Formats: sequence, structure tokens, C-alpha cells
Amino acid sequence: MQLTRTQPAHVHSRRSLTDVQIQVLFIAPTIILLVLWNIFPLFYSLYLSFTEFSVIKPDVPPAWVGLQNYNKLLSDPRIWQYFTLTGRYVVTTVALQAIVGFGLALFLRERFKGSGLITTLILIPIMMSPVVIGLFWKLIYNPAFGIFNYLIGYSVPNSGPDWLGEASRALWAIIIVDVWMWSPFVMLLCLSGLKAIPDYLYEAAAIDRASPWFQFWRITLPQVAPLLLIAILFRTIEAFKTFDLVMGLTGGGPGDATELIAVHLYRAAFTRFTTGESSALAYIILVIVIAVSNLYVRSLNRIRGENH
Amino acid sequence: MTTKSGLLALGLTAALIAGCAAPAAPSAPAAPAAPAEQAPAGGVTELTIWWAEWDPANYLQELANDYQKEKGIKVNVVQEPWGTYYNKVTAEWAAKGTGYDMVVGDSQWLGQAATQGHYLDLTDFMKEKGLDKTVTPATLLYYGTYNGKYWAFPTEGDALGWAYRKDLFEDPAEKEAFKAKYGYDLDVPKDLLQLRDIAEFFTRPEKNLYGIAVYTQKDYDAITMGAQNFIFNFGADWKNDKFEVEGVLNTENAAKALELYRELYTKFMPPGLSNAFFQEMNDAFISGQVAMITNYFAFFPALVNPQTNPNYHDKVGFFSTPPGPGGAQYASLGGQGISVNAYISPERQQAAKDFIEWFASKPVQEKWAALGGYTCNIEVLNSDTFKQATPYNPAFAETMNFVKDFWNIPEFGDLLVVSQRELSKYIVEGQGTAKEALDNIAREHTEILKKAGYLK
Repeated sequence: MQLTRTQPAHVHSRRSLTDVQIQVLFIAPTIILLVLWNIFPLFYSLYLSFTEFSVIKPDVPPAWVGLQNYNKLLSDPRIWQYFTLTGRYVVTTVALQAIVGFGLALFLRERFKGSGLITTLILIPIMMSPVVIGLFWKLIYNPAFGIFNYLIGYSVPNSGPDWLGEASRALWAIIIVDVWMWSPFVMLLCLSGLKAIPDYLYEAAAIDRASPWFQFWRITLPQVAPLLLIAILFRTIEAFKTFDLVMGLTGGGPGDATELIAVHLYRAAFTRFTTGESSALAYIILVIVIAVSNLYVRSLNRIRGENH
Repeated sequence: MTTKSGLLALGLTAALIAGCAAPAAPSAPAAPAAPAEQAPAGGVTELTIWWAEWDPANYLQELANDYQKEKGIKVNVVQEPWGTYYNKVTAEWAAKGTGYDMVVGDSQWLGQAATQGHYLDLTDFMKEKGLDKTVTPATLLYYGTYNGKYWAFPTEGDALGWAYRKDLFEDPAEKEAFKAKYGYDLDVPKDLLQLRDIAEFFTRPEKNLYGIAVYTQKDYDAITMGAQNFIFNFGADWKNDKFEVEGVLNTENAAKALELYRELYTKFMPPGLSNAFFQEMNDAFISGQVAMITNYFAFFPALVNPQTNPNYHDKVGFFSTPPGPGGAQYASLGGQGISVNAYISPERQQAAKDFIEWFASKPVQEKWAALGGYTCNIEVLNSDTFKQATPYNPAFAETMNFVKDFWNIPEFGDLLVVSQRELSKYIVEGQGTAKEALDNIAREHTEILKKAGYLK
């Protein structure tokens, strides 16, 4: 019969797709989208970094200028000033977040009444939009009615410092907000590391009369170190890219006291529209971030090797 | 993989991408328009206007609804927050996009949009229809003209003005105390030095009252717009007719202007306004913290609205930017003109021009003004009806005679970044002197202008 002849053929054609082919079938769309949205722009912007080009002049094609953009940027003292400022910001925020986050994790490691609620409350800043946080802290820092000055001892309105308006304090004001916002993230990772440490290690140390400091230094810290380093790695990369908090709080001012490199990149790319030059700057930042990340990853691998 | 299955995978992926891709928005009208008395020209039934997110855009939408009733063409006014508006428009320019048919763009964009081909040349259209004769020359020049051609029809006239607390200014005890201290009557300031005296007089930190609030925000153009009022009125300028900056901007008078601006910021302004723009100005006034604020006229309606200013809405007066000590009087120009997207089809361009012609007509401009829009129409501006409509309209009508703009050449973004940085550095941060700030701006502006070919 006709039916019995065609049915096996149909089944046969479906079965002709091997497992590998099915995998390719499902992976291909992702690969194509990745190429279109990530890989192509990555290489195209690399090409643009060697050209003089403005994206809002579509009729003027990119003109090849070789390393001119890189030379110009790397010989501009103002760029180095912004990089130095960013470096100070990254080191300070990440160090403080590591200390505060790890401290909070140690505090919350032991379950006590209300510890779940406290953990949840501490995590709230991570869930909020940085723009909202910027506006929120702008009010907190206001010397006339904000609560920050009151909390640090200036009980009379307008008697305390203007945190966002003074060049020497504005960067610290942003650092404080960043630490408040992201220490819970470090805490979360450290907490998961702390809870994974088997109790028998501490029991054995106690039998050997090891001091609490010795237990911390030889058991707690090494066990949590891989997760702490991962948290530090993430926060370092993010701190390098800090943009929204700065725009919300100071706009890069006063003067250029808080002009971090990401803010400057934004101005170059979207206010001045120097697309070629801003692509070069983006690649310089990328190289620095990769180099720093590499150092972290090597440390991480070394720690893992020691642990094993 | 066999060729057949490879093609299948490719086909599926292409279909997926095609399914995700958004259609070009206005080229294919989505919804039929409301019943019309006549068939829309060129079959265009829907138009899109982009503007920033603020009250005038809502007023424009109300007019657009009238247009739909009259002509059967639906007009959507799409609003974008001010902070990202320029980025959104320039992204569309970069893509030669057709996301909008008309855009109400800042006066500073004109040079860039005109020379780079993003705006349609409206010269012949505006001359032929006589639209260029309906608006004041200053608004036509600043909102519509670049290189002698018209690229926009002046839509929302705006400039920096001042609001003050009438209850303080008219209090007999305050008047007496002021006269005793300064030797002249307390009133709306006649010049910028009087403005300083009044600011000083009302600064009483112990009562949480301050004399003045001015723009200080570093992002985009706020501090430049605020400070240039003082620079202009002290007799300096950003450039001369030959595009020369050195010796024109960095003068002794300009330095005095910046010193005064910094004095106002540091001594007579509420603390915490180191990054302040229009919202912070209105907030300071509404909270009763300041006696005077500067702001664009477009933001003044909130001050006379009992809903938004419950305590002082009936105690607020307005005045134009006072002249400098030498008598020069200018006010930083705000406001925008409406332009047509050069990348849309000729039919849509014609439909957009038809809308502009309708919008420019006197009855529509009257309604525009009645709604709260700042018309640039000569007849409407000069009418008593307009001047009596709101407490701020007389000051606005006066100000529109002496408005002055920042650079509007394609390099304005480069020039603006420099002025914002240096002005913020001196005025807010207090780094260096006023003369040094002006010298730095003059030097960097000259470099930019030389690179762009305006100067040798």
C-alpha cells in the first residue's frame, strides 16, 4: 500500500539527523547572534580605533590614521589623570568591599534569631537601580537636610561639609555609596564559602588547641579565598566601568574631580562623537581590565592548586 | 553535517533573526487614522514627532489631536527624557533612521544636523508659505537658521529668566532694611550687581533662607548656559565674527563675570546644589529655601501651579536677566525648532511640511500659547492676551528680544565639553582663577576651531 511505503521513508529522514547535527542546529542561532552582536562589533570597533571617524557623519567614511588615536590618548596628561583617579577609586572601593563584605559574612555565618531577615535587608542595595541610588544618596548627602552629616556628628543643618560639591570629598562620597551598594555581593559569595567549610576542620583545630586567629588564618581564609577572589575579580571589573553612580551623584564634577575613565569615555563617544578616538580609548581600558583580571585569575589558580 | 541539514539550520536561524528584527517604524503606518474629511496626502495616515519629556511636548500632543480631527492624520509625539534625548536622536542620525518624521531639536544641533544631512532643507518651503515672516527674527535666526538656510521652524521659544519671592521683595520691613543697608530700593534687580546685593541680603543660613540659586550641573550644558548670561552681560562673548576666541572670551570683564557667578554659588546659594539644573532650581524655590532662582521659562509653569507649589504659587514674580554693569543685556537661549527627517520618503516629508504649515498658522499658535507653549509668532507674542495670560509671559516676551546662543556649529559638542569642565572646575571646585579658566577655554576652543578649519 502507498501509506506503508511512505511512512518508513519519513521516519528515516527524521532519523538521518545525528546527535551532532541536532546540537549544531540548536547552537547555530546562538553562534550567529553572538557573531552579529558581539564578535563583529568587537572587531569593527578595533578597526575604527585606527581611524578618524564620527558615527554621526555617516557620509564621511572612516579614514585610516594608524596608531594616531592611541598616541594622542596616551600622550594626553588629562587621560592619565582620569586613569589615576579610576585606579584610586577601584583599589579603594574593592578593598573596602572585600573587608566589609567578608566581615558581614563572618557575622552572619552563625545562624541566630533574625539572621535571615538581616541577610535579606543587607542585600537590598544590590537589587536597586544605580540611578535611583544616585538620587537617593544625593538627598542623603545634602548638607541642609540630608542625614549623612547628622550621622557623622554635624547635628546643626548646613554646618557639615558639602560632600558632592567639594573636590576633595566628592570621590569619597561616591566610594561610600559604591561600598554600601556592593559589599553585600561580596558578603553573599563569602557566606556561601564559609557555610561550605566542614565543621570537622574546626573540631580538629580545637582539639589541637589552635587559637581563633590561627583557625581564621589557616582554615577560614584559605577555604573562602577562591570565592573571595572571584568576588574581587567581578567587583574590580565593574568598578572600572563605574558610570551610572557618578552621573547620578556628581556628573563627573566638580570640575573633573570625579571624572572616572568610563565617564570620560561616554563624553568622548556620545557628547563629542569622536568615534575613532573613543574606540581606541575603549580598547586601552579593555587591555587594562584584561591584564588586571589575568593577575586575579592566576592568583585564583594558584590558591586552587594549593588547596588541592 | 550534510549540506541539506546545514541549510536547514541556516534557514531556521535566518527565520529567527528575521522574526526578531523590528520593522522600520513609520514607513508602514500601523493603524488607520480617524475618519477624515479629505484623503491624507500621499496616503500618509500617521506621523511621528520626537521631543524631550516635558510639559510642552504634552501641549504639542494636544494640538496634534486637533490635527487628526481636522486632517485625518494621526500625529504621535514621542517623548524621551532630557538626559538621553540627544543620544537617542544622534543614534537615529547615525543609522540614517526613519524612527521619526519630525524632531523638535535643540538650537545647538542645527549646524551638526544641517551639515551632516540629517535635516531636510526647509528654506524654499518656509519662504514660499511665508512661515519665515510669522516668527520673530531672533527666533528664526537661532532656532531655524544655519548658513543662511532654514532647517527648522521655531516651535518652543525659551530662554533663561528669573523667578523671585514677591512676599519677601514686597515686605515693608525687608524693603526698609534693604534700603538702609544698600542705599537704594529693594525691587527687581536693574543689573547684575544689584542681583548680587539682593542675593546677599536674603542669605540667612540660620533661617535656611538663601538669596539665589543658579545652574551648576556639569553634565550636558547647564553651567555653561548659566554662566554665559554673566559673560555676555559683562561685555564678553564666545567668539567674534571671524570665529576668534582669544581676546574675545578671556577678557578682564569676563573674568569679573565668572568671579561674580562663583561668589553667588559659594556665598548666597543653598548648600548641596553643586550639581544643579532645572529640577533643583524649582525644588529650591518651592521648598522656600531661596529668594531668587534662574531657570528656563519653560519650567516656570510649575511655580505658579498650586498643585506643585502649594506655599508660594501666588507669591512668585518673574523678571528678565538683568543687564551687566556696562548695560549689555542678553539671555541664554533655550527652546527648539521643529525639523523634518531627511531620510523619510518624499510623501512623508510632504506630510510633515503640511503639519508644520498648519502648526505655524495663527489660530494654532494662539492655542499653542494658551496651552502653555512658548510661541515664537510675532502677532501672538505682542498681543495683550498673551502677555496677560500668565505672570511670566511679560518677562518672556521681553527676553525674546535679546536672546543669545552658545555655539551651534557641528563642533558644538567638543566646545561644550571644554566649557563645562573648565567652568565647573573654577565655579564649583574653586580651582585656579577665573582668568585661568577663561584662558584654558579660549586655548582649547581655538584648537578645536583650527582643527575644524574655522581658523588658520
